[in-house]
Amino acid sequence: MVTEAQVWEALAEVPDPEIPVISIVDLGVVRDVRIEDERVHVEFTPTFLGCPALEVMRDQMAERIAALGAEPEVEVVLDDSWSTDRITPEGREKLRESGFAPPTPRAPEGPQLVQLQSNGFRCPYCGSRDTALENIFGPTPCRSLRYCRDCRQPFEQFKTI
Amino acid sequence: MSERAQLLLEIADDELILGWRDSEWTGIAPFLEEDVAFSSIAQNEIGHARALYELAARDLGTTADALAFDRKPEEYRCCELVELRLPEWERTIARHVLYEQADAERLELLKASDDAEVAGLAAKIDREEAYHRLHAEMWHGRLKDEPRYVEALEELRPLVDRRDGHTPELAPLWEEMTSVRRSQPAGTVW
Repeated sequence: MVTEAQVWEALAEVPDPEIPVISIVDLGVVRDVRIEDERVHVEFTPTFLGCPALEVMRDQMAERIAALGAEPEVEVVLDDSWSTDRITPEGREKLRESGFAPPTPRAPEGPQLVQLQSNGFRCPYCGSRDTALENIFGPTPCRSLRYCRDCRQPFEQFKTI
Repeated sequence: MSERAQLLLEIADDELILGWRDSEWTGIAPFLEEDVAFSSIAQNEIGHARALYELAARDLGTTADALAFDRKPEEYRCCELVELRLPEWERTIARHVLYEQADAERLELLKASDDAEVAGLAAKIDREEAYHRLHAEMWHGRLKDEPRYVEALEELRPLVDRRDGHTPELAPLWEEMTSVRRSQPAGTVW
């Protein structure tokens, strides 16, 4: 009989396919784990709906659960219960160490252009706040591009959603 | 067809066709940042279409792919605005601004719906659309005094609500969009 703790432990080893330094548990996309006899039911919330990594994450979770000898049942929940605020403190630190600036906390009114164009965002390399928005959009739906005027390094900023 | 399925298809078709048109800028936008921006926006819109088709497919006993690619062009419920191939940048930006405004109003209504599934999905889509709106807002600010842009806004505005027929541009787009799927035997699993 598998326990919930074993499942969480197994899922914590599934990397984000596009940013493998962070696990899907760090990312906060696993909303719930329930054991029902031999079946393990996982509620999973996608980050961005157009994220091509969605199927890969779902299949890898199912594989890890099957490896524990249980029958996986991964439910993709299409509501707005995931936000970047659900990324764990450990996850944020791992992102920063890898040169991705973690998302800022979500404001009730959502993102504003004037805020993105301000220099309140910290460079993950040198810590300076003298950074500029280069592009709202980046290499994946979840990231923007910024430039640090102090260490002259472009970097990827996680979008707050 | 239920009212809910019709509504879901209308929005999904808008997002799929617009996503397809937006993706036409990949590699040829006026500058690199906009190659990335329009490609990313296209990816998001098609992701929204997929989620909406999945919900509709469950109601209609079919699959998202079948709804997206196996219907005839005349069965699509998208507005005329999203159908046009717009190789002029100012017209593309005008469409982007008009569509994002209309979409924001629609999402506000859906978020307040009694149907928890529709309201939840609309709220999720809206979080992502917020960045499309910022991009549209930024470009509107840059172009708002340019006569060609102002003309494009006037020209395209009436097409936002036009859903009773299709422009001649939808059929060739449909040919292109469905060619890979039509080349495979029916029932192929992707």
